[in-house]
Amino acid sequence: MAEPFLSIQHVRKSFGATTVVEDFNLDVAPGEFVSFLGPSGCGKTTVLRMVAGFEEPSAGKIVVGGKDITRLKPNQRNVGMVFQAYALFPNLTVAQNIGFGLKVAGMSKAAIDSRVAEMLDIIKLPQMADRYPYQLSGGQQQRIALARAIAPKPKLLLLDEPLSALDAKVRVSLREEIRSIQKKLDITTIFVTHDQEEALSISDRIAVMYGGKAEQVGTPFEIYNRPATKFVANFVGTLNVLEGKVTDAASGKVQVNSQEVSLKGKLNGSKSGDTLSLALRPEAISLGRQPGHDASLSGEIAEVHFLGSVIRVRVGIGGNTVSLDTFNNSTTPPPVVGDKADISFSSGDMLVLH
Amino acid sequence: MKSGRFWAWVVFALGAAYFFIPLIATVEFSMRMRRGAYSFDAYQIVLGDARFQATFMYSVVAALFTIILGVLIVVPAAYWIRLRLPQLRPIVEFITLLPLVIPAIVIVFGYIRMYGSNSPLPFLANDTATNALLVIGYATLSLPYMYRAVDTGLRTIDVRTLTEAAQILGAGWSTIITRVILPNVLIAVLSGAFLTFAIVIGEFTMASLLNRPAFGPYLQNIGANRAYEPAALAIIAFAITWGCMSLIQILSRFAPKSANRPN
Repeated sequence: MAEPFLSIQHVRKSFGATTVVEDFNLDVAPGEFVSFLGPSGCGKTTVLRMVAGFEEPSAGKIVVGGKDITRLKPNQRNVGMVFQAYALFPNLTVAQNIGFGLKVAGMSKAAIDSRVAEMLDIIKLPQMADRYPYQLSGGQQQRIALARAIAPKPKLLLLDEPLSALDAKVRVSLREEIRSIQKKLDITTIFVTHDQEEALSISDRIAVMYGGKAEQVGTPFEIYNRPATKFVANFVGTLNVLEGKVTDAASGKVQVNSQEVSLKGKLNGSKSGDTLSLALRPEAISLGRQPGHDASLSGEIAEVHFLGSVIRVRVGIGGNTVSLDTFNNSTTPPPVVGDKADISFSSGDMLVLH
Repeated sequence: MKSGRFWAWVVFALGAAYFFIPLIATVEFSMRMRRGAYSFDAYQIVLGDARFQATFMYSVVAALFTIILGVLIVVPAAYWIRLRLPQLRPIVEFITLLPLVIPAIVIVFGYIRMYGSNSPLPFLANDTATNALLVIGYATLSLPYMYRAVDTGLRTIDVRTLTEAAQILGAGWSTIITRVILPNVLIAVLSGAFLTFAIVIGEFTMASLLNRPAFGPYLQNIGANRAYEPAALAIIAFAITWGCMSLIQILSRFAPKSANRPN
């Protein structure tokens, strides 16, 4: 990575005896869009609030553009932030809200007016300048909050679950808009979310957090396809987890319900006789033996759900159940519960979880 | 259901009669100064009295200073308690209720003992300092109303997030309070202010014992020596109080709109 623009170094945060963030480290490149993804209580918002200056780290430091900002007050950091609850000032119009930071900075009225107009154009709401927040929809309010955050040209943009309060359709359109504005302005951005689809769809990199730590930091592709831990594998996407036993560590052979699968040296130091958790994404599995799939397991159809274009099938393999989707084909009837069935997959798609 | 509504109206009528009959009787009595005919003579005498004008103006000025002092103390205190010290709220609420429990006469005797001419803070040494002490006393008496009004106003806005949004945009504490918090609780502050005004205009004990020429002692003095004028004064004082309450209602229409108050 080039010289990081934001560097979070060994940051820890405790509230009394409770440690909510433990030894958190992350370097963010200039212009990069990084998401903190994790369940409630994992510490993602606390890290963001420490970057903003609303919480002081118990240990560690935060560096932005080469300058240590750990002890600076929020109003001295030149950071923009968008809150989950919009946080527009109810007594000010849209234009006054967007111009708030510029006025505080002492800019002239002409310069403020010009910048506010520019921001309204960027968020595609030029006709809303004189409205009050209560006259706007949730999506419009959050766009205004975004414009207000970026109007003073902050060095860093922090987004604290900005889409959580919006309905599904607006969420999708606004997240794309946020990403497009971020790219256009080339502003380094941290985005906090608990929604994996949001994080996967708009991030350059994702830090998956759990228990106050970053479990894995990587591109969406890496996070989804090569999860480093069991938590990441379970949290991101749908996953089938199978219990297996190493039969020959040297050649990567594993037994699942008395059926052997060769993992081609992916056992990461496991010994023969060890029990492993093996994971497969539903989209990596086919019903029946398919060309190009070098591994297969036999089982019995346990459940069939006809969903129209897709048929969701659950196959029991001993004590394990594997879920997979097949496309509906009008000439082929869906499988029948209780029938014997094989599933096949590429051994390269099977993940060993730690 | 119909029977329930009937009794509800009966209770309402009894309550209304309890409040309005004495009021109507007082109005009627205040207009009987001229023998054999209703007139506003008592009102003309009261409003034309130089002492009425002087004492009323004194109390109005005292009320304005009390409101300013109350706002300066209560708004930052209530804001800070909501933002940073929510655990102190029960204690502060108890303290603000004390003026309702401790009689004004006890408070003012305490002042007289504490701030006599031999005290390091000799508030009773001259008229200006005594006026200031009276305003401080009034601010204490109005504390339960002012604090509750402001606290209720703060409850309708997300104090913490608005504060943080202003902070991250570069605002300092004075900007946050004057441009973000105060405008959004202005109606609540005005409610507290008008309640304070109503209390100060009619207050007797403190003004009398501190020997200040306020409206309350004047009311008492007139009441003790005249027949019709006290009734007219009571109605005038009542009209002023109702005027204040109406102003709260009118001004609340101009409050900043929010998701909580869309209309």
